[in-house]
Amino acid sequence: MGPFLETLIGGLMSGMLYSLVALGFVLIFKASGVFNFAQGAMVLFAALAMARFAEWIPQWTGLEGKFLPNLLAFVGALAVMVVVAWLIEKLVLGRLVNQEAVTLLMATLGVSYFLDGFGQTIFGSSIYKIDVGMPKDPMFLLESTFQGGLLVNQEDLVAALIATALVIALAAFFQYTGTGRALRAVADDHQAAQSIGIPLNRIWVIVWSVAGFVALVAGIIWGSKLGVQFSLSVLALKALPLVILGGLTSVPGAIVGGLILGVGEKLAEVFLGPMLGGGIEIWFAYVLALGFLLVRPQGLFGEKIIDRV
Amino acid sequence: MLYRENGQFKTSYRADQQIFPISQDRLAILLILACAFIVVPGLASDYLFRAILIPFLIMSLAALGVNILVGYCGQISLGSGAFMAVGAYGAYNFFVRLPGLPLIPALILGGLCATFFGILFGLPSLRVKGLYLAVTTLAAQFFSDWMFLRIKWFTLDTPSGSVSVSGLQVFGLPIESALSKYLFCLSVLVLMALLAKNLVRGAIGREWMAIRDMDVAAAVIGIRPMYAKLSAFAVSSFIIGVAGALWAFVYLGAWEPAAFSVDQSFRLLFMVIIGGMGSIMGSFFGAAFIVVLPIALNLFLPVLLGLFGISISTAGISHAELMIFGGLIVWFLIVEPHGLAKLWSIGKQKLRLWPFPH
Amino acid sequence: MKLRNLALAAALVTVGASSLVTGSAFAQAKEQYFPVLSYRTGPYAPNGVPWANGYVDYLKLVNARGGINGVKILFEECETGYDTARSVECYERLKGKHGGASLIQPLSTGATFAITEKAPTDKVPVVTVGYGRSESADGSIFKWNFPLAGTYWVASDAILQAIATKEGGLDKLKGKKIALVYHDSPFGKEPIALLQERSKMHGFELQLLPVAAPGVEQKATWLQIRQSRPDYTLLWGWGVMNSTAIKEAQATGYPREKMYGVWWAGAEPDVKDVAEGAKGYNAVTMQHGAEPQSKLVKDVMTMVHDKGQGTGPKEEVGQVLYMRGAMSAMLAVEGVRAAQERFGKGKVMTGEQVRWGLENLNLTQAKLDALGFAGVMRPISTSCVDHMGAAWARIHTWDGKAWKFTSDWLQADEQIIKPLVKSTAAKYAAEKKLTARTPADCQS
Repeated sequence: MGPFLETLIGGLMSGMLYSLVALGFVLIFKASGVFNFAQGAMVLFAALAMARFAEWIPQWTGLEGKFLPNLLAFVGALAVMVVVAWLIEKLVLGRLVNQEAVTLLMATLGVSYFLDGFGQTIFGSSIYKIDVGMPKDPMFLLESTFQGGLLVNQEDLVAALIATALVIALAAFFQYTGTGRALRAVADDHQAAQSIGIPLNRIWVIVWSVAGFVALVAGIIWGSKLGVQFSLSVLALKALPLVILGGLTSVPGAIVGGLILGVGEKLAEVFLGPMLGGGIEIWFAYVLALGFLLVRPQGLFGEKIIDRV
Repeated sequence: MLYRENGQFKTSYRADQQIFPISQDRLAILLILACAFIVVPGLASDYLFRAILIPFLIMSLAALGVNILVGYCGQISLGSGAFMAVGAYGAYNFFVRLPGLPLIPALILGGLCATFFGILFGLPSLRVKGLYLAVTTLAAQFFSDWMFLRIKWFTLDTPSGSVSVSGLQVFGLPIESALSKYLFCLSVLVLMALLAKNLVRGAIGREWMAIRDMDVAAAVIGIRPMYAKLSAFAVSSFIIGVAGALWAFVYLGAWEPAAFSVDQSFRLLFMVIIGGMGSIMGSFFGAAFIVVLPIALNLFLPVLLGLFGISISTAGISHAELMIFGGLIVWFLIVEPHGLAKLWSIGKQKLRLWPFPH
Repeated sequence: MKLRNLALAAALVTVGASSLVTGSAFAQAKEQYFPVLSYRTGPYAPNGVPWANGYVDYLKLVNARGGINGVKILFEECETGYDTARSVECYERLKGKHGGASLIQPLSTGATFAITEKAPTDKVPVVTVGYGRSESADGSIFKWNFPLAGTYWVASDAILQAIATKEGGLDKLKGKKIALVYHDSPFGKEPIALLQERSKMHGFELQLLPVAAPGVEQKATWLQIRQSRPDYTLLWGWGVMNSTAIKEAQATGYPREKMYGVWWAGAEPDVKDVAEGAKGYNAVTMQHGAEPQSKLVKDVMTMVHDKGQGTGPKEEVGQVLYMRGAMSAMLAVEGVRAAQERFGKGKVMTGEQVRWGLENLNLTQAKLDALGFAGVMRPISTSCVDHMGAAWARIHTWDGKAWKFTSDWLQADEQIIKPLVKSTAAKYAAEKKLTARTPADCQS
């Protein structure tokens, strides 16, 4: 029982971490109908910015300690992501209005290659450290009930809490602020939103900036866990099944999808894996998502696809 | 003035329905084929064969397969790397386990393995559409990655998982030198391209295009979506499987499962998008672009930067390649979303009018 | 719109034309050409960069000292990104330049497999210092492969011996559990054959845990380790897989003292991030470790870095992977030098001649000390049937700030490895229909 519960808890938390990356996908798809393959590259770029600024700011300003440089680095990285968002909207999306889904997909893929190369050119390609004070040692619960206790990864726990807070903040943003309502209007129908005076381009910049912010948070958390290096952009591939499982247009869907897939793939790897020789995590997540899609082709919480003939 | 169909009257349905009804087109194609089979072997260096022409030919074949699925039938697929892998390993197993088997049947059998795999992982397309389908095809990709690493039977129980082939020959002629490899790949490509072109011109091709444009309407007028979609997957996977087998046997010689990773799938999709979806010619253009670009950048960039007196490390060149690659893709999609094939057809249109402006 | 299309067409034509402009091979070579396959980008870059810097710095050092009996070295780097297809493309592009490549060091086991098939036809020796195919140590079958100074079977054997020393003898291994966390690629699978052989011999249980490349996803792996509680865990990773493994070990509370990494998983980039968290982590070394005090480092600093010719940052000189790159370069240069002894001092050597030189390496301790490797390396000498030349190793441990040696010199047990090498090489020969080389062929 102990191992099962450990794996379950580990899976839930790892799922939350992937949801952080998936949130970016959902936000952008919701507001502009673009499947942003560059999300992984954005996570990497944001994390690189944060790591390098945190390293350079003490050198430039002579500040000591961890809190103030990290805060300034965060602000700096956020500013960088907003600029990136604005540039993407201006140079790429603005010129590809009304194109097919595949074209937009490929354009974002091109953007991801560009960001990969650009980020490594400016910031370098070694492993960089992000130290925001996350706890590194494990926590053992219920040592009396289970032998050795139940292992809970403290860093993952903190990350999961941050992710939850972020989701709640985003939900509140969408529900209760004027901009949030405008975003929902744009997601519903571009033309109707335009006709009542909502500036589409500005909305897109805002959406990509928010996605950039989410990417930054995801980048900091993952960067703190794994170190900031190239493979962070590969995380996007692991977040994709979550997105389609939950539905491309649903924020709670990304979370629920994350929880389901996180648990599913960890349980599969730990208990099913040894029978199959191990290493089954990645394709199991996709096959699980595929299974769900066969039952609900638009994802668990996605909008039903209506085809008009 | 030159490219006119004046005076070319067809007196039978057969003549009217041929692939190249305009005689200038026929002439051009014959010239291109003659150039490819006779002139290029005479002029090209060994390096040009090994590094550019052979990968170009094999990748065009694969792009052709992907174009049939994505461009003609509208099913976005990110699992092409997996189909190549299944074709390669299938052909390898048949080639090595049946000692007397000649090369061409082995390639065909590899293609058939890929067909079965393709139909299996194409089944979700009956229920799932669009971007959701694109992501589910990644399941095929990652499953095949895992399958060839873990199931030792496929790699003949080698401890490392790396396999190799040697001693290829066709009808007694050895396929060892760069020239023989080039001619072999060219022949396979011409044959498969003809097959593909005739398929898309026929009834099945029209069914695919109907499904692509409006699948609900197509179902309403009597086209069976299951048959059309699965046949697209089948034909496409066969072609991609044969291309994968060629890639492994002729180009790589020795390979591991990582040779057919998800990057390969993205590359193929790029070729199709940049070349032009729904166009046989487009597959060739796209493949040429994607194969030649990294090498051209590698050779061109240091020279260009040297002119400005900037020396750059190999890492810098790699990063610059990524940036230029990404930038070019975006630029292309903005400038011509229908790909190079559209430019080609615009060119032909202008040629029809030349020298008149309109 | 017309201008745009014209610009498009022009761009395409330039791209196409420039690809046809390829470097031409010079008819007569005046310098020894060393193509360097390296990776400075991608997930394995943090480990590939110091190796490449060490390799190139050593070549620059040799040139600064006057070259190999007066023959200067011309080197050219090519970025492979640890991708087999790109490595093969780099190999094809560079092998014929400047009179022909002297030798090739792919720094990737996957690429080694691919290039091994092409090397005999192209007559380019494949030198794989500390990686590659373990069975290629059998020179009678693998004429053109040189896994100098150690293979993965040597590494795993040395680790087992170190563990046995800790336990009090090889017989004490009976009933113990040893886990192997390995990179799911030809590189990671290499030690499995030897470990399975040894596990049968000594009666310990071997648990195989593959990690999908590039190795950032290890949570489930380490949960499994936590549940099965092996007595020792071997880490066979490269690039970011290593630091991720150590971080996950810390996160699941697995004692780092019980972890033993291969020599590609025991360097500064793997542990610097984790610092105190990696304290106690052990790794096997291929003779050398981090050697900041060695004469070689001093020479490189004075003759290369102080002159502004250094390839990488100064802090990197003397680190583990830097030393390995320098050692690989040294073995290559000595192979050329040995070839010159027979085929003409002061002349440029062809690939075939370099191959002979690599096969007749005889580096005594005196020679190694003169080159600056005193205390770093032990003597290495190759022969027609033995292309490895030496099977020495040591264990070093990370103490939170630096790598320190924690064992004596270990020698891999040839009694076990040699038969395995012979049988695997024989299998390869049967598959490829090769015959073992004759004694007459050995003299050529």
